[in-house]
Amino acid sequence: MPIRTTRADLRTRLQDFIPKIVLAPSLAAILIFVYGFIVFTGYLSMTDSKMLPSFDFVGLDNYVRLFSLPAWNTALINLVIFAALYIAICTVIGLGLAILLDQKIRGEGVLRPIYLYPMALSFIVTGTAWKWFLDPGLGLENTMHLWGWTDFQFNWIKDRHMAIYTLVIAAVWQTSGFVMAMFLAGLRGIDNEILKAAQIDGASNFALYRRIVIPLLRPAFLSAFVILFHMAIKSYDLVIALTGGGPGRATELPATFMYSYTFTRNSMGIGAASAVIMLMTVAAIMIPYLYSELGAKKE
Amino acid sequence: MSVASQDTAVKTGSIAKVFIYLILVLFALFYLLPLYVMLTNSLKPLSEITGGDMMSLPKAWTIEAWLSAWSTAQVGVSPTGLRPYFINSILMVVPAVAISTVLGALNGYILTKWRFRGDTLLFGLMLFACFIPFQIVLIPMARILGILGIAGSTQGLVLVHVVYGIGFSTLYFRNYYASFPTELVRAAMIDGAGFFRIFWRIMLPVSGPIAVVTIIWQFTNIWNDFLFGASFAGLSAMPMTVALNNLVNSSTGVREYNVHFAGAIMAALPTLLVYIVAGRFFVRGLMAGSVKG
Repeated sequence: MPIRTTRADLRTRLQDFIPKIVLAPSLAAILIFVYGFIVFTGYLSMTDSKMLPSFDFVGLDNYVRLFSLPAWNTALINLVIFAALYIAICTVIGLGLAILLDQKIRGEGVLRPIYLYPMALSFIVTGTAWKWFLDPGLGLENTMHLWGWTDFQFNWIKDRHMAIYTLVIAAVWQTSGFVMAMFLAGLRGIDNEILKAAQIDGASNFALYRRIVIPLLRPAFLSAFVILFHMAIKSYDLVIALTGGGPGRATELPATFMYSYTFTRNSMGIGAASAVIMLMTVAAIMIPYLYSELGAKKE
Repeated sequence: MSVASQDTAVKTGSIAKVFIYLILVLFALFYLLPLYVMLTNSLKPLSEITGGDMMSLPKAWTIEAWLSAWSTAQVGVSPTGLRPYFINSILMVVPAVAISTVLGALNGYILTKWRFRGDTLLFGLMLFACFIPFQIVLIPMARILGILGIAGSTQGLVLVHVVYGIGFSTLYFRNYYASFPTELVRAAMIDGAGFFRIFWRIMLPVSGPIAVVTIIWQFTNIWNDFLFGASFAGLSAMPMTVALNNLVNSSTGVREYNVHFAGAIMAALPTLLVYIVAGRFFVRGLMAGSVKG
């Protein structure tokens, strides 16, 4: 009898361990390749690494130099312009289309996939298409000239002051349909009884949406904001494919800055410092968001 | 019609309806326009494109640009077309999707049905890993791949995509399994079923929908990745996105726009196909990306 119980104990104990053993490789991978690497890059950002990593500690020198570089400040200003417009326009278009599609529209099944398919494409494909479309000599401007509107001018992609807005156009094209889907799901989740009650009380459609529906969509707004924000900071492929950071450095973003300083300009310390700043910007939004999401679930 | 509109909570007049349709169709055209331009111009000879009307249909239809993009176009320095890189992408995406999905399923199962102290924190750590800007890992990753001897290889890229794909696949399976009745798992445990038996017999049979979502999501992300491919692939393992960018930016000779478009559509085709076949699930996957439980 006693032998049997210990055996059973051993077996249950082993059973208790199996989940942890199975989880261990994933966990180890995340701890090393994500958090370990963050620490490593953080350390490199405080060394005088040039082409290869060096371990000579220089404190915060790289950060001081980083913020004195015109290229970095251009990249930051571009990011602010790009992110603000990208998030705002995607949200407006996404919410607008979702509300319109929610009016018992015939052909919703055809329209929805058309709005959404750009999300399945690579930013390199999107960039290739829009680069051509926006090229004054080949795309829209040339076509308008051929169609007889000879004064038509649309050369933003060649204009250093306007090129950053072409990134917004292409990025909005790619993502706004997805934001629409998020809002549409939110709208479909709203209890129709609430809306009917408000209508009986004589609320106009506009008031109905402004006072009741849009406040109820708060979670969808929050999710859309978080996703668009982190996509904006990570934007790299689109810049490479659409403008290559140009004309000049007019459309450089932190992601392209980091890459060129680290791998082609042999300033790894500066590159690492810029990556840390990018991470901290994302973390400032993501950590409170995840904390509230996961914390709320516990209850 | 009248019955349907009575069902709608928000009523709209018929003039408003016309405007709504107008706006919706205009946006549909906006989303379709680049695809239309790429497709029609990929089927034109080059002479028709330069100086021609981008909106017009081809006068002389030809698939020459497609053939060139596939097998003879200049990609970087070699005139190989996109075929070898398409194959590279397939070789990379299949194992990376398979491994990250299986690990995600196991992790999700453990984090919901074999809970332990600190599991929420662990999941939080995994989740945050989904959203980091990958610039933060580029430098050490390049070093590690070198040390492991898999720099510039498809295996290296598979490793990278698995590691940074686990977060999302775990998220999907965890949220899905969370709504699966834990009592069933408890009952099976009392009956003496072990960890793997419960997973195999109870969890896996109900995992179809979420597996589809996860596979589509991972496939789309990994196929479309550019940053890791550009950083770690080298010449021999270069994936499709990087090759397309090289094709478009090859500076030698005349710019063959029709070939660029054919190449761009080729790079888009696998994900578009997946999207067309299983688009409903794709949407669901994108929604799950918003961390909702």
